[in-house]
Amino acid sequence: MIYLALYWEFFKIGLFSLGGGLATLPFLYKLAETHPAWISAQTIADMIAISESTPGPIGINMATFAGFQVAGAVGGLIATLGEITPSIIIIILIARFLTAFDKNQNVKDAFYGLRPAVVGLITFALLKLMGVTLFHGQVIHMKETILYGVLVLCILIWKKVHPFIWILVGSVAGLMFQLPS
Amino acid sequence: MRPVGPPSDGQHRMKKREAGLWELYFSFFKIGGLTFGGGYAMLPMLQREVIDRHHWVDEQEVLDIYAIGQCTPGIIAVNTATMIGYRKRGVLGAIVATLGEVTPSLLIIITLASILLRLQDNLWIQRAFGGIRVAVCALITQAIVNLAKKSLVDWQTILLYLLVVGASTFAHLSPLAVVPLAIVYGLMVQHLKRRAA
Repeated sequence: MIYLALYWEFFKIGLFSLGGGLATLPFLYKLAETHPAWISAQTIADMIAISESTPGPIGINMATFAGFQVAGAVGGLIATLGEITPSIIIIILIARFLTAFDKNQNVKDAFYGLRPAVVGLITFALLKLMGVTLFHGQVIHMKETILYGVLVLCILIWKKVHPFIWILVGSVAGLMFQLPS
Repeated sequence: MRPVGPPSDGQHRMKKREAGLWELYFSFFKIGGLTFGGGYAMLPMLQREVIDRHHWVDEQEVLDIYAIGQCTPGIIAVNTATMIGYRKRGVLGAIVATLGEVTPSLLIIITLASILLRLQDNLWIQRAFGGIRVAVCALITQAIVNLAKKSLVDWQTILLYLLVVGASTFAHLSPLAVVPLAIVYGLMVQHLKRRAA
């Protein structure tokens, strides 16, 4: 039963990803390993691009996109419902039983460890992404790598520019330099 | 004293209003449909809807709810919607607000995805996406730089960061295992630090 499997996989992602949209990335890469028929490392990059340049939370957009790829519109709905179910349950429990949850010392200590770990997981996801975009096996794609360096510099200098603009710049560069090389 | 009109400007005292279920759904539908990027980007839109427009919660409450949304599992925007919905109308309110928040995503992404899947063999689309993927790499690099500034605060956190990157890349450690291990690490390090102090 594909819908059930889809719901369960995204339920797990919703339960274990802390720190918002990009934190779901490492789990999506894991999903590409365990369910290669569902998504590929290649399509994850496209999913991120579309999720960043359309309205709505990135994590939800990516879940919808992934679900759609697996099982159409209903799949998109099921994956999103799976991803939000843990949130609804946990938040309602916290609202009911735990006051000042965010001021609790143990919670703070846990987050002292969780935050760097989440940055590590997102870095791992980035390495995966670069592995299909900037490299091919041992071969470095020169055009892509140079474009990457230039874009990183620009993004770090012009911090206020919306991600959508950079994605637009990327698409124009892709057409101009005839990527993927 | 029970004024229902707009609060006098400059004063943060306000009378909180009740929320209808349909109102909750529609408000969060608007928030979901008008914020790009979710999480941090939603705050201004959220404040405008739930404080200024509907007077459902006050400034301080929004910040608290937002903080809780950040330190609980799941998507921050969804956690925030659930919490506000719950405070106004209980479990049903939580569900309705959350569904409102995700509806625009569902509609937009499903439409776009179905168009794109039909066009994916087109050479122009392939080239554009060749460049877009590079841009995505660059955007995520920036996100990591920003997050690292806030989370890698001492050598213990830097060490944990390197361990997680190494173990995920070379030992194929599952992210599902990283999360509980990091919690234990955080509790232990902070405990040892306090003992040493």
